[in-house]
Amino acid sequence: MADTAPIAAAPLTTADGRPLAEALVAAQARSRRRAFLLVVPLLLFMILSFILPIGQMLHRSIYHDGFSSNAPGVSAWFAANPQGTEPDEAAFAALVEDLRTMQANRTAGEAGTRINYVLPESRSLFTKAAREAKDLQPPYREALLALDPKWGDPVLWEAMRASASPYTFDFYIVATDFERAGDGSIVRVTENRQIYVYLFIKTFLLSGLITLICLVIGFPVAHLLATLPMAKANLLMILVLLPFWTSLLVRTTSWMALLQGEGVINDLLVWIGAISQEGRLRMINNQTGTIIVMTHILLPFMILPLYSVMRVIPPSYARAARSLGATSWTTFRRIYLPQTLPGIGAGALLVFILAVGYYITPALVGGADGQLISNLIDFHMDKSNWSLAAALSAMLLVGVLVLYWLYDRLIGIDNLKLG
Amino acid sequence: MAVTAVTDAFVEFDRVQKSYDGETLVVKDLNLTIAKGEFLTMLGSSGSGKTTCLMMLAGFETATSGDIRLAGRPINQVPPHKRGIGMVFQNYALFPHMTVGENLSFPLEVRGLARAEREVKIARALDMVQMGAFISRRPSQLSGGQQQRIALARALVFDPALVLMDEPLGALDKQLREHMQFEIKHLHESLGITVVYVTHDQGEALTMSDRIAVFNDGRIQQLAPPSDLYERPGNSFVASFIGENNRLQGTIKELSGDKALVRLSTGELIDATAVNVKEKGARTLVSIRPERVEFKPEMMPPGAHTLDAEVVEVIYMGDILRTVLKVAGSDDFVMKMRNTLGQTRLAPGQKIKVGWHPQDARALDP
Repeated sequence: MADTAPIAAAPLTTADGRPLAEALVAAQARSRRRAFLLVVPLLLFMILSFILPIGQMLHRSIYHDGFSSNAPGVSAWFAANPQGTEPDEAAFAALVEDLRTMQANRTAGEAGTRINYVLPESRSLFTKAAREAKDLQPPYREALLALDPKWGDPVLWEAMRASASPYTFDFYIVATDFERAGDGSIVRVTENRQIYVYLFIKTFLLSGLITLICLVIGFPVAHLLATLPMAKANLLMILVLLPFWTSLLVRTTSWMALLQGEGVINDLLVWIGAISQEGRLRMINNQTGTIIVMTHILLPFMILPLYSVMRVIPPSYARAARSLGATSWTTFRRIYLPQTLPGIGAGALLVFILAVGYYITPALVGGADGQLISNLIDFHMDKSNWSLAAALSAMLLVGVLVLYWLYDRLIGIDNLKLG
Repeated sequence: MAVTAVTDAFVEFDRVQKSYDGETLVVKDLNLTIAKGEFLTMLGSSGSGKTTCLMMLAGFETATSGDIRLAGRPINQVPPHKRGIGMVFQNYALFPHMTVGENLSFPLEVRGLARAEREVKIARALDMVQMGAFISRRPSQLSGGQQQRIALARALVFDPALVLMDEPLGALDKQLREHMQFEIKHLHESLGITVVYVTHDQGEALTMSDRIAVFNDGRIQQLAPPSDLYERPGNSFVASFIGENNRLQGTIKELSGDKALVRLSTGELIDATAVNVKEKGARTLVSIRPERVEFKPEMMPPGAHTLDAEVVEVIYMGDILRTVLKVAGSDDFVMKMRNTLGQTRLAPGQKIKVGWHPQDARALDP
């Protein structure tokens, strides 16, 4: 037997001499293929409905060929001359030539819209000039300036230079309340035009507040659900899930009936004398309305993960802590609460992410000051400014991903328990 | 079993009753006195009320009526965290988010002990269960037996005078369980603490306890040291619950003091010790332990009644030969023979005579 003993370093083989690793792969290949085929439908669905649209959105946020494809002449001039070059007669000639093509192809509006995104009130400049373009005589610089002195504005030319390439960060510049100055530098817009950053901050703060309220309200409910006898817990669970089963519009409308100036709650408060007839509270069509209604709608997303965690915490832990001399508050703080952390994390992350992107509720009950960033995204989509909407959405996505990453660093994503 | 003046009474249950639903009593009129330093086991099947009693003592359940006193002080209104009772739970209940050291530190922190003092006590408690090397492990990284030791150390670390144990060894395998039984017993002896131990395992109860309270139907059926409980069961429930026993139906023919002559239902006469039969003519159940049954005439006391028996089956079990006999109409009468050198080997169908010392045949309630 001694001479047939295997050499320690030799790779293991199967009884018929094939390498063991290879044989293992071959043996598992069939089941792997079957497993893959099972997930193919879901994979396709995910790619079609999730990955492709997000990719397209991200692409749109940095791509717009409205100007570059319709103004090839002036785009070529920008490519040939470095930034800061004063536009010469050749530039104006190329521009007039492009305007004539636009007039022929009826694309002046498209090109003007692209410039309009970064420099408001520019669209009419293009449509008007395109209409007149065929009658213009050289020198074109003077001819265009005669048509409208704005054609000499360096800010306009800088905007055109930026639009000459279909790939641009202009939409992100706009979405962060910046603009291009005449010399090509990027500066903050004047204070009265700064809206996006403010709305982003407000959206994140309001979402944080809503998450906190959901946690404060949801925690005791989840605890009750986890500790009540089965029959009562089921009834309570139905009450918790009820918002899921009602149409969002119905829920929102009933909140309107409850919260409005002449609504049930105000009537009740006036009737018991807590407030005067004139002092009726404004609880809807403002920020308060957004907070109240969104808290109600998102509450189940907090309660369910919490419940699933609390249900499996044996009551013996609390008993052990009590028998070891801890008061009920210490028991809660040091024994119960830390064990519910995975549920708190999951619920808070879920509620926060949903709240950050929530659109319909702020639109319906938010009034003027209860609007969130998603309402602005919708506004730009209505105005067909897809690229700016995409840029805002991408920033929202990044914000959420950053929070997710932070959560992973602080608490650990494997500590998340969604159900 | 009324409360008599036990001078060193440490724990007292005084006419305690407990009902969960207001309709049935789970614990019926419990009177029990536990001395300081005693190891008392509450033994019973599930639903017998033993765990409820423990929970009332720990403070997690309140007595519906009656008093529970700890060191002379009524504790019905004292919340669990002020009772200062250590407790070991069935599933250990080690806090999963804390290390072993933090688990042990917890009862000391809530008592406001300084860090240095805590460390000394933790080290001492861990050494007590030979787990000093595991101080920074998490409970999930420990085996069942190790978790059990930590749970024990945690219940002892704050020097409670009374420790309650609720089926603490139930989840361990047989070998480890037997080992831990001795360790707990030794800890009890060396620390001088009072232990109230709940189990449904009679072997465990017999091995560890100073006294055993057998629970059934919300009442203590018998409260006695292990040997008394096994050898002198007070009623037929205890006789059948603890250990194996042969039961023969009959009526009392003669009764003088604790000596009874019983006529079995098949007509034979046997001698027995009267335990809780009151009068002549009463129906009785005679209980005999299988290891006290003899078949060699020289081993039986002179004049003992013998019964005809037929061997049905001999089961070889290594240390003993378990012999099933047909005796007095019953065909599952068991006799345990020690597997000694030269032991008579019986064969099925063999006719023999069996007998026993009248002290070992106990005439109980039917």
